Amino acid sequence: MKSYPEKQTAISGIGQSVISRGADKSALGLTIDAALQAIGNAGLKRADIDGIACWPGGSGEANGFAPVGIPQLQDALRLKLDWYSNASETSGQFGALFNAIGAIAVGLARHVLVYRTMYEATARKTGFANALNRPGERVYGIFNWYAPYHCYAAALQQALFFNQYVHKSGIKPEQVAQIAINGRRNAVLNPAAIYRTPITVEDYLASPIIATPLRLYDCDVPIDGATAIILSHRDAARDGPNPLTWIEAVGSSMRYRNSWTQLDALSTQAQPEVARMMWNRTDLTVGDIDVAELYDGFSFHTINWLENLGVCGLYEAKDFIGDGANIALDGAFPINTNGGALSAGRMHAYGQVHEACTQLWGLGGARQVQGNPKVAALTTAGGPLAGCFLLARD
Amino acid sequence: MNTHAPRPLPALTSDTMPFWTAGAHGQLLIQQCCLCSYFIHPPTGFCPECENSETVYTAVSGRGFVETFTVNYKIWMPGLPDRYVLALVRLAEQNDVRLATNIVGCDPASVRFDMPVKVQFEQTGDLWIPLFAPDPVP
Repeated sequence: MKSYPEKQTAISGIGQSVISRGADKSALGLTIDAALQAIGNAGLKRADIDGIACWPGGSGEANGFAPVGIPQLQDALRLKLDWYSNASETSGQFGALFNAIGAIAVGLARHVLVYRTMYEATARKTGFANALNRPGERVYGIFNWYAPYHCYAAALQQALFFNQYVHKSGIKPEQVAQIAINGRRNAVLNPAAIYRTPITVEDYLASPIIATPLRLYDCDVPIDGATAIILSHRDAARDGPNPLTWIEAVGSSMRYRNSWTQLDALSTQAQPEVARMMWNRTDLTVGDIDVAELYDGFSFHTINWLENLGVCGLYEAKDFIGDGANIALDGAFPINTNGGALSAGRMHAYGQVHEACTQLWGLGGARQVQGNPKVAALTTAGGPLAGCFLLARD
Repeated sequence: MNTHAPRPLPALTSDTMPFWTAGAHGQLLIQQCCLCSYFIHPPTGFCPECENSETVYTAVSGRGFVETFTVNYKIWMPGLPDRYVLALVRLAEQNDVRLATNIVGCDPASVRFDMPVKVQFEQTGDLWIPLFAPDPVP
């Protein structure tokens, strides 16, 4: 196997603010909490951080989607950087991490602080829900082909993709429900999760339809919170306090039409080629995955990824998921072990990174996957957006 | 589709203006390559099939098929109908030309995959918005 440069990078530390449905401090304050925790967790000091990456960067909008940009964080922490970059038009949220890999690989940085902050819970309380467009507005950008059709939220676009998947696969609502039920079952064991009361298939079926076939319980939970990870050169991470945990392979491709209307394959979204790229860069196979944190912004994404990672065949997830046993903590393929975005909160992919490290480092407590997990799979999804990577330790 | 919520409208460019305004003449205009006849959507002025940059806007049949759809239940704001259908329609002329749209003129519960549909237009401000309804003569 060729020595792809991502294998020379490692996650050396993780940090997370309090995750809540309404924070008692600012988005920047939450970000500082997560960043300092991650730096300390890696056994580093502020002066050791020489790079910052984030997705998508500060937006300057009131919707809480991207409340903290790199300039505010760099200035707040008075960091002295050799490299920094946000990344919004990239292969999903992990694009920031992939950029950091590049920076480390070419020697622009040794320890990159990667963060994602959300302030959507507070923003919604003040009337600034994240919306694709608003009545009477002239819509610019990639969603303007949807503009006149009362398509106000990502949920509507995702329902288009999800419905075709249901049509082609024949998956039943009771099987889809297992993604939300599994998340909640794991969240019961996670004191930091937002929703911790167990739910049943009946609860799922009783949850309101947003847009067929998408129900409320298929949608992640807006939160206030920040996650930070330190990506370091493998040589620099080796001496840190955490087990050496390197990036084994990444999938960052875009070989489809990068469009929310023209994307070639609606029912698989952009995932198959992204997964193919990742598997081409490693000797590991799907059977080596011990734990998986699969994006569940909408539960459909997770179902898609089970197939596109190769855990089961195309349109066979319904049988693999079944009654939920396979995807449970003690199942053949445990997923979304902290409750996922559906129950632990919408940390927008970086909650998954935090949880994967927690599991690989044996710190999962009541929700720890047994058997000393060594390989974790992580994915993001959403129409043309998709990215994935494998994390591994000795 | 009885609604009092005004449709948000796309900002136009010189490429997209014909698409959003030709409904005034009852036409659905799609950009087409002058050399190989490939339909280019969204319009860009460049044919990705033969690399030709001479294009024209061609009136297509306005017929197509429901590629996928969703029936919206959530009341995003006052003035929206109880139920409405958001869909992607693939044009009869070429499978990889897909238009986001609303399916109108039928019970939302009656919409099916691959259902034949035909364009109609709704004037909103200075634009003519292509909508699709069941096609009685596919």
